[in-house]
Amino acid sequence: MLHGFLPSLIEGAGTTLSVALCSLLIAGVLGLLGALMKLSRSRFLRVLATVYTTVVRGVPDLVLMLLIFYGGQLAINEISTRLGVKTVIDINPFIAGVITIGFIFGAYLTETFRGAMMAVPPGQREAGIAYGMTAGGVFSRIVFPQMVRFALPGFTNNWLVLVKSTALVSVIGLSDMMNRASMAAGTTREPFTFYVAVAVLYLLITTASVLLLKALERRYSMGVKAAAL
Amino acid sequence: MLNVDVMASSLPLYLSGTVVTLKLLVVALVAGLIVAVPLAVLRASANGWLSRPVWLFTYIFRGTPLLVQLFIIYYGLAQFSWMRESVLWPLFSSAWFCAMLAFAINTCAYTTEIIAGAILATNHGEVEAARAVGMSPFTLYRRILLPSALRRSLPAYSNEVIMMLHGTSLASIVTLMDITGAAREVNSRFYLPFEAFITAAGFYLALTFTLVALFHLAEKRWLVHLAPRT
Repeated sequence: MLHGFLPSLIEGAGTTLSVALCSLLIAGVLGLLGALMKLSRSRFLRVLATVYTTVVRGVPDLVLMLLIFYGGQLAINEISTRLGVKTVIDINPFIAGVITIGFIFGAYLTETFRGAMMAVPPGQREAGIAYGMTAGGVFSRIVFPQMVRFALPGFTNNWLVLVKSTALVSVIGLSDMMNRASMAAGTTREPFTFYVAVAVLYLLITTASVLLLKALERRYSMGVKAAAL
Repeated sequence: MLNVDVMASSLPLYLSGTVVTLKLLVVALVAGLIVAVPLAVLRASANGWLSRPVWLFTYIFRGTPLLVQLFIIYYGLAQFSWMRESVLWPLFSSAWFCAMLAFAINTCAYTTEIIAGAILATNHGEVEAARAVGMSPFTLYRRILLPSALRRSLPAYSNEVIMMLHGTSLASIVTLMDITGAAREVNSRFYLPFEAFITAAGFYLALTFTLVALFHLAEKRWLVHLAPRT
């Protein structure tokens, strides 16, 4: 099947998944930081976070990716010549892809997490403070476990969009599934077969994600009674 | 620092790119919306024979990347000799047509789900009242369900329009000279990635803000009955 290219495609799916998971890690950290900044008392931090989310969400992923890939390469070359480094350092498309996608989806997750943090009743936080818990303790033991439930629906959406935007890293030369499909399509002259195979693999990833996140949502909604309609 | 001369001298290229981007966006949105309304009615139907095929269509097109869909249409269909020999081949061998078709189908899938969600969220009392005064199913949709559902779709639809604006940047991968295509051209000509892509980002931001402002006006016009009272 697929002229023996199936193992290569599966390997590419592994690359796609690792790009997605690594960027999710960066995006999650940036998202939490962004949300805390947007809800902080410092005007400077609020403005900074607002500029970040507005600019990143207003520009296509592809443009940001090309900017970071080509621009980052130029900046690294500049810096290394100034430092007198002789060897040419090439930006790895995996790292460029992970940084870009992480940076972009950090902005989307900022909004998701901000909404979820605001949905936790303020009395919960106040009770923690009244018990003498530290700010970190209040966040990790009271706010965070409760905001997960509110954040999950938005997070599921963000994750699905993130997975699909990993197809773009093939444009900057990472050998993900899309890239491997293009190569196989070139040698066998059967582009339809291979792009449809990639579509099916993506559909499998998104379907598995939805099922997993639904299970997680049920786990975090334990003890919450749903309104009967 | 940024080379402002190159940025200024390449502005005409970006402006013609903006025209390409807007053409792709408008054609995709109009075509997608026209098909999405009847599909949403089917999707919201209680009859599984009507709603399930539409569900499958939206599931497939919302579950796979737009880039893959574009490649299947633009590169993929050329695999079949019946396609290359058909009367439609001049259309399917053009990057313009393929990009518009891929974008239109993609936005149609998302819009169908948005409108179907709004139809299903209609207050059941409104439907009962319409039936009680003897409206036919067609009149019920034309006078009660659709006007209200389309209005309530506006906020979610504005997000979809902005996602689609960003999606049109993929047209540059199949050789079209949209805003991103212009930026790639400037980058390869002068090797000035910051200038090239920051200018493109500025154009996209301006378009995004314009669209947000337009939808704000549209909500004031058509959704004012649901605005929070102050």
